Amino acid sequence: MVPNAYYLVLSAILFSIGMAAFLVKRNIITIFMSIELMLNAVNLTFVAFAHQWHQVSGQIFVFFVMVVAAAEAAVGLAIIIALFRTRATLNVDQVDLMKL
Amino acid sequence: MHLVLFFIFGGLCVAGALNLLLQRHPINSALSLIVVMTSLAVLYLLLGAEFLAAAQVIVYSGAIMVLFTFVIMLLNAGAEVRTHGSKAAYIVGFPGAAALLAVLTYIFLKHRTELGSAKLGGYLVTTHDLSRVLFRDLLLPFEVTSVLILVAILGAVALARKEH
Repeated sequence: MVPNAYYLVLSAILFSIGMAAFLVKRNIITIFMSIELMLNAVNLTFVAFAHQWHQVSGQIFVFFVMVVAAAEAAVGLAIIIALFRTRATLNVDQVDLMKL
Repeated sequence: MHLVLFFIFGGLCVAGALNLLLQRHPINSALSLIVVMTSLAVLYLLLGAEFLAAAQVIVYSGAIMVLFTFVIMLLNAGAEVRTHGSKAAYIVGFPGAAALLAVLTYIFLKHRTELGSAKLGGYLVTTHDLSRVLFRDLLLPFEVTSVLILVAILGAVALARKEH
């Protein structure tokens, strides 16, 4: 028996670490990975609440989040490749202009 | 048994996430994120979400993280450098994240009796249950996501293509 609150606290920990990494990191790929970490933390919350209320819809939500995250990762990494090709850097501080 | 498994894999999750935060090189962060996602799959199994556990391993720690490591190696990304911007982010980022964590943990632990507890095998969503909801009640959103994936693939190819 594990209290559901433990699962929620674990997902809060993961979300906070993801948020801190998002704010602190300067590499654009690592920033993108911390977004994935936050998405995973929210998914854990959905599954925990689906277990608590015996509802399938929580897991359906997680399924759709996974699909959207896969699409987002494909497009985001393509943007990163295009960015690296024009600027030759991955540091977000050097990418502060809309045009070259 | 459930509690032991929870603490082992929850600890692995937190350790992997902290490693992602502390490592300077993106490839180390990516590999620790794979640890986080795979341990999350075990936690999904403990919560009775067997399909999602399989999907987590296949989609997240398989497809998405392979894409990440592939891009890191393709771009030959080096260790990140500290700048003035990161100094300001240190001052704002860590207290902000700590405050969020403190508030959420306080709320969850205060209401821990109302939130109930999870028993191993107490509630199992089989692929059968999940697919019945997905293909009967939510057929239109499911088909729309396939269009979304198609558009994303086309967009990714158009963005990453070399311009002549």
